[in-house]
Amino acid sequence: MQTEGDYDLTTGAGLIACPRCDALHIERELEAGETARCVRCNKVLAAPRAGAFTRIIALSFTSLVLMVGAVFFPFLEISRMGFGNETSLFGVVMAFADGALVPLTVALMGSIVGLPVLRAMLLVYTLLPLSRNRPPYRHAVRAFRLSEALRPWSMAEIFVIGTAVALVKVGGLANIAFGPAFWAFCALILVNAASDAFTSAATIWDAIEDAGLPTDGREMAAGRP
Amino acid sequence: MSATGENVTENNGLLTEGGAGHGGPVMTAHRAGLVGCRGCGRVWPEAETICQRCGNTLVLPDRRGLGAVWAWLAAGLIFYIPANLFPMLKTSTLGGLHGSSEATILGGVVELIHYNSYGVAAVVFIASIVVPISKFIAIIWLARVAGRPATVRDAHRRLHVYEVVEFIGRWSMIDVFVVAILSALVQLGFVASIHPGPAAVSFALSVAFTMLSAQSFDPRLIWRGLPLRSSKE
Repeated sequence: MQTEGDYDLTTGAGLIACPRCDALHIERELEAGETARCVRCNKVLAAPRAGAFTRIIALSFTSLVLMVGAVFFPFLEISRMGFGNETSLFGVVMAFADGALVPLTVALMGSIVGLPVLRAMLLVYTLLPLSRNRPPYRHAVRAFRLSEALRPWSMAEIFVIGTAVALVKVGGLANIAFGPAFWAFCALILVNAASDAFTSAATIWDAIEDAGLPTDGREMAAGRP
Repeated sequence: MSATGENVTENNGLLTEGGAGHGGPVMTAHRAGLVGCRGCGRVWPEAETICQRCGNTLVLPDRRGLGAVWAWLAAGLIFYIPANLFPMLKTSTLGGLHGSSEATILGGVVELIHYNSYGVAAVVFIASIVVPISKFIAIIWLARVAGRPATVRDAHRRLHVYEVVEFIGRWSMIDVFVVAILSALVQLGFVASIHPGPAAVSFALSVAFTMLSAQSFDPRLIWRGLPLRSSKE
């Protein structure tokens, strides 16, 4: 147990190091709505928001529902000279499915569909007990670490912009119509962006610790607000 | 729920006020003989190797860690070469009667200029040629200057470059998605069809390796070269 404002320069207890520039800061409990920034490089160190966990859970469930729609409904339809073709998200991914391009299919599938779904589920697993003031599930630490590591590889929003560029390219060649899956995907990236805005990794780590997962015995004595 | 108070040496108030831009020496974990966890911010004695809170591996900000940056960067550069030599898209119109073409990245840009689509040509040129090459140059520069003596202003400039590289890395994947969407969508049998070329794979790999290279770069090295005494910044 650690009391607030108390620090030890030999063991590092009660201190926080900026992950981007290594500057040391004294750890302090933050009120919801406050934002702590590094004094040197201005990186946001923690930004707890009131009700953030419940909102992230709700947004994660929303994104799972939208993803089901995005995968199974038609994505785009094209027609020219009486020839028509409609494609779902699976169709897009399967474009690379012959021969040497198969690994790329797997990677695309992962970055567009797999990783966003996996991250949403990991966040729910980590935060569900915390939002109800229960002790976290057994693998919460591992789940949240994995979710953070996968963040840059989850590329749903890049895919949507890619769609826009592709449409400009074929716009002159044929008529294009958007299917419901396209709109589901657009909604999905907005939901993911909102979820990311509420996610403050440092705050979640503190919450996991405060909620009683046995970690390093350094949690603040003051507990949660 | 916790976060930071003031920096250890400088008692300049709460961080919610945003205290960036002072030029004095800042106490870092490294100078205190400690190591900070890059996952959750916890600080540990230098001898520790795993953060006991979040399970991340603790790494000292050391120039030796730049080996990984160079290795991934080399892989990214190698795959960028076939990405430009082989065709990205194979197009055939009217069953090949109207012509079928195999376009490399640069070829595609030239073709777009012929059709007077200057806007799209500029987007493709910037996304597939200017951005990847500037990213290579930026990472090479960062890895070379990291840990070298610097003023506070230099350090902030380097950090800025690092942030841009880190942000823009994933967006280069847009080209691969465009190829995938075009090949899935434009399957109009006799009228027109588009198939992906081998360059799509090497381009995707090049982007992924460059992302890994940027991720292996430790931004804390940027600040290692700052003078220990207060400068006149």
